Amino acid sequence: MEQIIIIMMSVILVDNFVLSQFLGVCPFLGVSKKLDSARGMGMAVTFVMTLATAATWPIQNFLLEPYGIGYLQTLVFILVIASLVQLVEVVLKKHVPTLYKSLGIFLPLITTNCAVLAVTIMNIDEGYTYAQAIFNALGAGLGFLLAMVLFAGLRQKLEDSKMVPAPFRGIPITLITASILSLSFMGFGGIVDGIFA
Amino acid sequence: MDIVIPVLIVAVIGLIAGIVLTVAAKLMHVSVNEKVEQIRDELPGANCGACGFAGCDDYASALVTKEGVSTSACPVGGAYLSIAIARILGVESETAEPKIATVLCRGSSDAIRRVMKHDKEWSCRAATQLYGGQMECRYGCLGLGDCVQACPHDAIKIVNRLAVVDKEACVGCGLCEKACPKNVIEMREESKRIYIACKSLDTGLFTMKACEEGCIGCKRCVDVCRFDAIKVENNLAKIDYDKCKMCGMCVKECITGAIIDLRKKQKKQ
Repeated sequence: MEQIIIIMMSVILVDNFVLSQFLGVCPFLGVSKKLDSARGMGMAVTFVMTLATAATWPIQNFLLEPYGIGYLQTLVFILVIASLVQLVEVVLKKHVPTLYKSLGIFLPLITTNCAVLAVTIMNIDEGYTYAQAIFNALGAGLGFLLAMVLFAGLRQKLEDSKMVPAPFRGIPITLITASILSLSFMGFGGIVDGIFA
Repeated sequence: MDIVIPVLIVAVIGLIAGIVLTVAAKLMHVSVNEKVEQIRDELPGANCGACGFAGCDDYASALVTKEGVSTSACPVGGAYLSIAIARILGVESETAEPKIATVLCRGSSDAIRRVMKHDKEWSCRAATQLYGGQMECRYGCLGLGDCVQACPHDAIKIVNRLAVVDKEACVGCGLCEKACPKNVIEMREESKRIYIACKSLDTGLFTMKACEEGCIGCKRCVDVCRFDAIKVENNLAKIDYDKCKMCGMCVKECITGAIIDLRKKQKKQ
């Protein structure tokens, strides 16, 4: 239990996927213009990350490892994640239309997102157990959601303001903001080791 | 022969994924109503949300699935679209008169006094929140162009620090109305050709000091109206369009020029 909390805290705050590992930067910059869509995207990523880990961890440990073909990891994971997301999309559309409406447009975007692939591979490399892997993925997703929501809030304020100097308007100030937000997350470094000390 | 097992495993995973997806697509197929697609084709596709739904797709499905949704809710498509939708649905069309954006202020830089010479590029919204705007009049157009940015059709521009609507280009989506923090822009039917172009609720004295063209609540229009259609409430004249016959007497009588008759302007041009 203690270990799971440490894993989640470290992946949400210290090793935040977007802000300190530079994964999933594309949706981070692309879908963060409005708070609503940022939240939708964040939730969709969390959902897919957890689901992808739940599917890929057994494949790695019960299929690839026993036959000694761990080198096919990337290929097989991409294949499995992509078809899994497609399947989830179809099922949601039929059975949970409300959830489909809020996540629907984002699901195809995430299919080949590097953050999703990264979390599944990271789980294997770190040698996590099944439960640890699931919570690591959940934490990575929540960290992504946190970064998205914080950044969307900042960005909406920036869009309203006309005080930004003309050469910095649009993408430049967005990137500067992202780097400052990322710097502020550096402040969490080392916090996890002290939690249970 | 070592290569056989990896090839087989990947091929089998791929095959299983393919079969599962195919079966799922067949089993879980959600049939989209034909009418929804037809209506969606008729709609302009601007996704402006002026109909009150979340985009054209949402409006189309609401028209088919829910009862009592107006066929004339789309101001961009206008009466023609309303008829087209009604034909697809097999109901009688409700005709809606197209509305266009109208700026209810005449406070251009010639007419209005400014309190501050602060000329930084604020947005109207920021200026309103911070100090109520740089104008002497608290109710008028600030001319900083929030509406210009909101308009997807380039139908509004700032002339002499006052928003001016290009009636030909305006499609009546109402986005500028929402963007204006002073509520100076109103969506009006074109047939109501006489209107009061002022929002000032200040007393006559204050309005007069602030702006040459504001309504000072002098009630000359009330006296001259034969149909009892104008009233002055809170120092601002108001026209009751049920009673107004568009005779234009009030326009002639108004000393500040706050009542506007669109017909006259058109003749001049």
